[in-house]
Amino acid sequence: MKTNINIYFATMIIILIFVGCSKKNGGNNAGALTGDAAERVYVKPGEHDEFYAFISGGFSGQLAVYGLPSGRLFKVIPVFSVDGEKAYGFNEETKPMLQTSHGFVPWDDAHHPDLSQTKGEIDGRWCFINGNNTPRIARISLETYETEEIIEIPNSAGNHSSSFVTENTEYVVAGTRFSVPIPQKDMPIKDYKSNFKGAISFIKVDPQKGDMNIEFQVLMPGFNYDLAHPGRGKSHGWVFFTTYNTEEANSLLEVNSSQNDKDFIAAINWQKAEEYIKEGKFKTMPANYAHNVYDDATHTATSKMKKEVRVLDPADCPGLVYFMPTPKSPHGCDVDPSGEYIVGSGKLAASLTVHSFTNMKKAIDEKAFDGDAYGIPILKYEKTIVGEVKQPGLGPLHTEFDGKGNAYTTFFISSEVVKWKLGTWEVIDRKPTYYSVGHLMIPGGNSQKPFGKYLVAMNKITKDRYLPTGPEVTQSAQLYDISGEKMELLLDFPTVGEPHYAAGCPASLLEARSKKFYKLEENKHVYATKAEKDAKVVRKGKEVHIYMTMIRSHFAPDNIEGIKVGDKVFFHVTNLEQDYDVPHGIAMIGANTSELLIMPGQTETFVWEPKQVGVWPFYCTDFCSALHQEMQGYVRVSPGNSNIELSWTLDGESLN
Amino acid sequence: MYLAMKKLILLMNVLMITAVLSCNNTKQAEPGNNSPEITEHKGQASVEDTESAANALTVAKSLPDFTTLVAAIEAAGVEDAVVNAGPLTVFAPTNAAFNKLPKGTVDDLLKSENKSKLAYILTNHVAPANYPDVQLIKEAEKGRKLYMASGQYLDVKKTDEGISVGGTKILKTVKVSNGWIHVIEDVLVPVE
Repeated sequence: MKTNINIYFATMIIILIFVGCSKKNGGNNAGALTGDAAERVYVKPGEHDEFYAFISGGFSGQLAVYGLPSGRLFKVIPVFSVDGEKAYGFNEETKPMLQTSHGFVPWDDAHHPDLSQTKGEIDGRWCFINGNNTPRIARISLETYETEEIIEIPNSAGNHSSSFVTENTEYVVAGTRFSVPIPQKDMPIKDYKSNFKGAISFIKVDPQKGDMNIEFQVLMPGFNYDLAHPGRGKSHGWVFFTTYNTEEANSLLEVNSSQNDKDFIAAINWQKAEEYIKEGKFKTMPANYAHNVYDDATHTATSKMKKEVRVLDPADCPGLVYFMPTPKSPHGCDVDPSGEYIVGSGKLAASLTVHSFTNMKKAIDEKAFDGDAYGIPILKYEKTIVGEVKQPGLGPLHTEFDGKGNAYTTFFISSEVVKWKLGTWEVIDRKPTYYSVGHLMIPGGNSQKPFGKYLVAMNKITKDRYLPTGPEVTQSAQLYDISGEKMELLLDFPTVGEPHYAAGCPASLLEARSKKFYKLEENKHVYATKAEKDAKVVRKGKEVHIYMTMIRSHFAPDNIEGIKVGDKVFFHVTNLEQDYDVPHGIAMIGANTSELLIMPGQTETFVWEPKQVGVWPFYCTDFCSALHQEMQGYVRVSPGNSNIELSWTLDGESLN
Repeated sequence: MYLAMKKLILLMNVLMITAVLSCNNTKQAEPGNNSPEITEHKGQASVEDTESAANALTVAKSLPDFTTLVAAIEAAGVEDAVVNAGPLTVFAPTNAAFNKLPKGTVDDLLKSENKSKLAYILTNHVAPANYPDVQLIKEAEKGRKLYMASGQYLDVKKTDEGISVGGTKILKTVKVSNGWIHVIEDVLVPVE
C-alpha cells in the first residue's frame, strides 16, 4: 500500500513538472501541433489580414486574391478565361480582351504573377501574369482588381519563363518554353535542330499608365526557356533565364532532353540591348499579335492587331548574352535581394547551384569561355559558380528569400521546403509539404525587400488533406511562419485551379488604393444612360438598342414592347448607384450569354436574340436591396411581321 | 492515517487540476491581436466611407434641423437600419416637430428604459420602399396607403399645398443613396 502511494505521489509530481506550462519552451519545435498555430492564423471577424496574396489559378486561367495569414479568398479576377459570374468574355465590353491572332481564345493557363516594383521594392500598382498556352501577358490594376490589358507575344509558344518584372518595372520579360520556326512555316519537325529558335520578349511598361509594348525580342537558340529572374541591385540591367533541352530534341523530351550533364542559365544584358536598339542593330520582322486594352472611362475594351516586332540576334550583338553552365535541366532561376547570387535548381541535380554575379562579370572580362553555342559565349562553369547546397533534397524547383540572409527552396520529389544560408550554403531547417510542392512565395520574396514573416508553399498533389470530393480534389497551399530559426507549418488552405505561383505584399500598401465605385459623371461609355429620363429604346433595322438604367430597386424601362423575332437586342445597362458595394445584375431568359454584374457607375452590354414569340422576363441577379426580388421587367416579343410600335415604360408611363 | 492519505491524494489531485487550469488561463490571458475573443459588434453605420453618395443617416447628421431625430435614432440604436441598402423612405420630423410634442416627451423617450418604445415610434417614420415625391403623388391619386416599418398604414394625400402623409405636410424632399428623405413638420406618433 505504502509503495503504491509512493508511486502515486512520484507519478503526480513528475506529471506536475511536465504539465506545468511546458509550452513556454516547446512552442517553436512542436510545429503545427501547437495550439497557438490556430491563433496565429485567426483573423477576428471584421478584422483584416496583414498581407495580400495573389495566387495564380494555373489551368483556371484566373488570378485569385487571398489574405494572409488567414488564407481567406476575397476575389477571383478573371484574366485569361471567360467568367460567367462577372460576364468577363461574355459581355460586349470585355469580349475584345480575349482576342488573339488565333481569334477569340476563351481560356489559358495562368502561371506567374509578379507585382510592379520601384527601386526594387513592390510599389502596389499592377500585377502582371502570363498566359502559357496562347502566349499572352496581362496587366491587372490593383485599384480596380480588373484585367486592364493583355498583349499577345508573337514568335513564342508556351509562354512559361514569364512575366517577371525588372526593378523599376522598366520591362516585363516573357520567354518562350517551346522553340519554333521563326517566322512560322510549314517544315518537317525532325529538322528542329538549328532551325527552330526561342524568342525572349522584353515588354516595355509605361511608367505612368502601365501600357505595355513589345520593345524588342532576342532570338535565342532552339532550347526550352523555363524560368527567369531579373537582376536586383548590383545585377540590375540583366535578366537570367534557365534553359533545358540544350540537346534540341523534338520528341520524348523526358529522355532526350536529359542527356547533357549541364544546360545553361542565359544571362541577358537588356541595357546592352537598348544600346543595340538605339544603334539600329535590330531587324523589324512582320508579325501578327493582339493588343487588348480595357478603358476604365468607357468601361470598354478594344483589340488591335500589331503587325511587326523588332528582333535582335545575339550572334550579331556581342556582350548581349552569355551562357552559364548549370547542372541537369535547371528549372527555377532565382536572384537574391542583393543581386549577387543566382540560384539554379537543376530538376534532376543532387545539389543546388549558386552562381555569383561578381564572378560572372569577372569571367566575362577575362574572356573565360568554354567555346560558344550559336555564337553565344559559354562561361567556364568553375569561374561563375560560388557555392553549392549539397544534397539538400530531391527535385529542387524554386527559391525565395527572407531578406535576412536565408533562402528557401522547394523540393518536388521529397515534398519539402528547405531553409539554407546564403554564403555558407548550409541547410538550417527542412519541413515537409503535403504534397509535392511547386513554387513557394514569401511576400516581396523575389524583390530587394522581402517581408520575411510568412511563406506560402503551393502544392501539386493533395490526396487526403481535405474532405474528398470525388476524383478531382482541390489543390492546396500551405502557410509557414518563417519569423523564427525553424519554420512552422500554420495552415492548409484550398485554392482555385492550380496555385501555380503567387505574389504577395503588405495589405497596408494596397488597402487605401482600392477603388470603391465608378463615378457616373466620368462614365464615357458610348451607350451610357445617366438618368432615368434618358432611358430609351432605339431600333436600327434588325438591331434594337435598349438604353436601360438600374437603381434600388427597379429597371428603367421595365416594360418594353415592339421587339420582334429575328431582332438582335442589345441591353446597354447602367448602374446609377453611387454607393460602395451596391452592384446590380441583370439576366434575360434564353439569352445565349451570361448575366451582367454591373458596379455602381458602370455600363455593360449583353446581346439577346429572341427566337420565340411571347412575353419574356428579366431580373436583377445580385441581391441588391430589400426589394431585390421586385427588381424585374418584361419584354414583349412579337412575330417578325408584326406592326407593334416600339414602346418603353416604367409604372405605365413614358420615361421621356 | 488512511484518511489523511486520502486527503493528501485529494489535495494532490486538486493541485494538479489547478496547475493545468492556471496554465491554460495564462495562455488565454496573453494579450495579442489574434486572441480568439470576438470584438464588440460594430454595425454597418460604423463603416467609414467618404466617397459614396450620402445615405439617410449621413444626410440627417449633416443638417442642423435634425439633431433631435439623430439623437433619437442613436438612443434607439437603429443607426444600422437607417444606413441599410434599403431602399428606404424616411419621413424626417424637424427639431421644431419634436418640440410640438407635450413638454418632457422627448427627454422621456430618450431614456434608456424607453428604448424599444422610441424605436417603435421611429419605425413609424420609415417605409421599406422607394417613394420619391412623384411616386407619393401617384400613390395618393391611386388611393393607396403607405405601409410603414412599424406595421401601420399611413394616408398619403395630395393637397393644394403639396403632399401630406399621416396628416402632416411634406416640406422638402432629399434624394439619399439608400432612398429618400421627406422632411415633415409633425412627429408621426403611431396610433395605439
